[in-house]
Amino acid sequence: MIRRLFVIQLAVVLLGSALLAQQAPPDRSRPPALGPPPDLRLAPVQRQALRNGLRVWVISSHKVPTVHLQLTVRSGSSADAAQKFGLASLTADMLDEGAGTRSALEIADAIDYLGAELNTSSAVDASYVNLHVPVARLANALPIMADVATRPTFPESELKRLREERLASLLQSQDDPERLVEFAFPRLLFGATHRYGTASVGTAVSLKGFTTDDLKNFYAAQYRPDNAVLIVTGDISAEAVVPQLEQAFGSWAGTATKTTPVAEAARPTARRVYLIDKPGAAQSQIRIGTVGVPRSTPDYFALRVLNTILGGSFTSRLNANLREQHGYAYGAGSTFDMRRSAGPFYAAAGVQTDKTTEALKEFFNELTRIREPVPADELERARNYLSLALPRNFETTRDLASSWAQVWVYDLPEDFYATYRDRVRTITSADVKRVADKYIDPSKMLVVIIGDRKVIESGVRSLNLGPLTVVEAGEVMK
Amino acid sequence: MKAMHAIVCAAVLATATLDAQQATAPAPSPSAAPVTTPRLEVPYTQFTLPNGLRVILHEDHTVPLLTVNVWYHVGSANEKPGRTGFAHLFEHLMFMGSGHVKYGLFDQLLEAAGGTNNASTASDRTNYYIDAPSNALDLALFLESDRMGFLLDAMSPQTVNAQRDVVKNERRESYENAPYGMSSIEIARLLYPEGHPYRWPTIGYMEDLTAATYEDVVEFFKKYYQPSNASLVVAGDIQTAAAKAAVEKWFADVKAGPGSVPPIDYPHPFLTEVKRKTIQDRVQLPRLYLDWITPAHFAPGDAELDVLSLLLAGGKNSRLYKRLVYDLQIAQDVSALQQSQALNSQYEIVVTARPLTEGTTTAAALERIRTIVDEEIKKVQDSPPTEREFGRALNQIEASFFDRMERVEGFGGVGDQLNAYYFAASNPGYFNEDLARYRALSPNDIQAAARAFLPLDRRVELIVEPAK
Repeated sequence: MIRRLFVIQLAVVLLGSALLAQQAPPDRSRPPALGPPPDLRLAPVQRQALRNGLRVWVISSHKVPTVHLQLTVRSGSSADAAQKFGLASLTADMLDEGAGTRSALEIADAIDYLGAELNTSSAVDASYVNLHVPVARLANALPIMADVATRPTFPESELKRLREERLASLLQSQDDPERLVEFAFPRLLFGATHRYGTASVGTAVSLKGFTTDDLKNFYAAQYRPDNAVLIVTGDISAEAVVPQLEQAFGSWAGTATKTTPVAEAARPTARRVYLIDKPGAAQSQIRIGTVGVPRSTPDYFALRVLNTILGGSFTSRLNANLREQHGYAYGAGSTFDMRRSAGPFYAAAGVQTDKTTEALKEFFNELTRIREPVPADELERARNYLSLALPRNFETTRDLASSWAQVWVYDLPEDFYATYRDRVRTITSADVKRVADKYIDPSKMLVVIIGDRKVIESGVRSLNLGPLTVVEAGEVMK
Repeated sequence: MKAMHAIVCAAVLATATLDAQQATAPAPSPSAAPVTTPRLEVPYTQFTLPNGLRVILHEDHTVPLLTVNVWYHVGSANEKPGRTGFAHLFEHLMFMGSGHVKYGLFDQLLEAAGGTNNASTASDRTNYYIDAPSNALDLALFLESDRMGFLLDAMSPQTVNAQRDVVKNERRESYENAPYGMSSIEIARLLYPEGHPYRWPTIGYMEDLTAATYEDVVEFFKKYYQPSNASLVVAGDIQTAAAKAAVEKWFADVKAGPGSVPPIDYPHPFLTEVKRKTIQDRVQLPRLYLDWITPAHFAPGDAELDVLSLLLAGGKNSRLYKRLVYDLQIAQDVSALQQSQALNSQYEIVVTARPLTEGTTTAAALERIRTIVDEEIKKVQDSPPTEREFGRALNQIEASFFDRMERVEGFGGVGDQLNAYYFAASNPGYFNEDLARYRALSPNDIQAAARAFLPLDRRVELIVEPAK
């Protein structure tokens, strides 16, 4: 036994010497320096228009024999009229449930058979029709996409089916604390009348009221070539694709109806706590926040840097505190949701039920501390994280399309990405402090907690954060 | 395409991707238009370091980014009952600092370079990636080599305790607190016999997480986290010769380990009957799970079952979706998936019922659904899919292979795939061979696979019903 051990040790020593002879160990006394930062290498955007006014932006990328087309219509759930919350979302969802001469099943079969993907969706400020297809089959797929985008038929039977699907999904959202908090927080912050107080999908009541006429009217008012851009990325050139687009989309006509912008919501003037009971919950879902800023804010870059430091990266203060230091949560962070009008700002985490009180204390510690000048190394790290990671948004055909769609939806300058890194780098500690003072006032934020009331209520009350109201889960879904 | 049953330790809400091998050209596929499908081109160089580490390099200059991706060929299947959750807990410990990188510095240095990182644990393997701008190659290799070679220098009972708590919270968030979250744990206990390494969840049992000692964890590292039990991919905006030199430099002092890794000794899993269980959860919609034990990744039957999944539940016209969700509208959603793994795979069909109509019980609603699912499985067992259905599935599979070529970084990127193929097939460039498996199939093969591998009288049936 001992002899064998000796033999093995000797062999290891000999092997070690052999390794040493080949390669000296590297210097680990300090991390190696970075090389000079690589150029961004943004692929150029070729901007054109069809005869009917539809903007066409083409960004070529020949790595993979695939083309991605994203028709972006600049109307989303913000365009929903009062009493019709959820209409934009449902209209988008219904586009591929019958179009041209094809039924829902025929559209799906034709697209699937081509190995393509066609999906339709809607967000707050825009709606999308996306086609992802092998370039060899573009000619087959394009007419189907054009039908879906420009000649939807909105069959009654499909409306019924989608309605039931959405109603069931709303029911499911009530079960899942992580989903429920996404309804609860905006509702409690913006209220039931403001568009941002209700999810894009709407409510059970509004969904039950929609008719095919509602869908057709919304579609006719918003889905017009002057209200859209068609972004094409992938293994194709502008010369090759524009004639095909002219053929497919050229007959699309009409002018979009202007919609009233969503009004700026008033910020809460006092701190309040809302508690929704989820008996037996293993975690409490916490959201703390207020009304934030619109995308057009002049403080955009300063706020991006601020948010990265506060809760926008793994080393951010909220995550470092709640996850790494204290082990209360699996993850914690913060967001400025910037829309055409001011969306919410919030800090969020799912925390261990029995640490809810402690976690709330730490949330407020960090929301207070962020108003002090940030140290130079933390600032530098946040600026680098934001600026140097930019190429990640331009690798795939899908990413290319959605990155450029943002530019159009929010009226960003053409050189937004080209100048992005420089603009991030100019943000100083004074800039961060200025926007922290202006936008982060923890004494006036709403606190929304979904958790086991029996276990957490007394601890939460003991913090004296503000008046506490217990809310029924169903109330925030109405 | 392949669902890896993995736990991803997600980073937090963040704002804001040698031997050049040439496989033989694949046979033409039954496709829509008569097009010649391009080959998947993934040139690479591979070599092995003196310490046993296999290295694979791949250049892609689309964007100025690179990825450093390591697979350790260890997962929860290498654990022992009573000490489950180790591989995953260990994955967390890899972020707690190493000999020359004190705790916290790993993420700080990377973020300061514009990089990001993550890891995941599955039953058969644990993977780690660092994605960074291409000027950060040395930093990425410094960090990755330091934790491969010098992790124990920084590990302590305190760091083990700290990550134990994080992992417990991860379990709460993903299992106890998630609707239907306990299903996979219940199903595994029914599907696999005692002692089978897939029986316990990768995240582990709470009691085992509590009981794990510091010494247990050190022993695990020494046994499994050695260079010869790992493979390293560097892919993206790199120059092969310079990258090779950088890898050789940074891994020069990472010592070889004992060399041999204990093989997994496990009872052969099989079912002789239907095993049924009903559990309650805080959910509104009842759900039915049907599970079978099926051939391992790349074994005969594996590709067939992927095609079958598209046939049954891939798209509006698929057999189960059309009948249950579209026509009858008694289901909210349906899925069918061949979960491919190394020792054996698991085939799973899941149907979520619509809200119960007045007077219907959960049992009755799910009984009706189960009967329809069984009818559809029998249909495929009795006659092969139509040419149209089959061609549709093949075209989707083929397109998905090209889809996966778009991104180099992160989970499922080309870097990760090179490692996955090396792990499963000892060949990082297996892309075309993998695709060829599907192109070689015919509709009869799908029928045969449904007969052979989805017996209606030997499987697990789990029902999740709304708690009263």
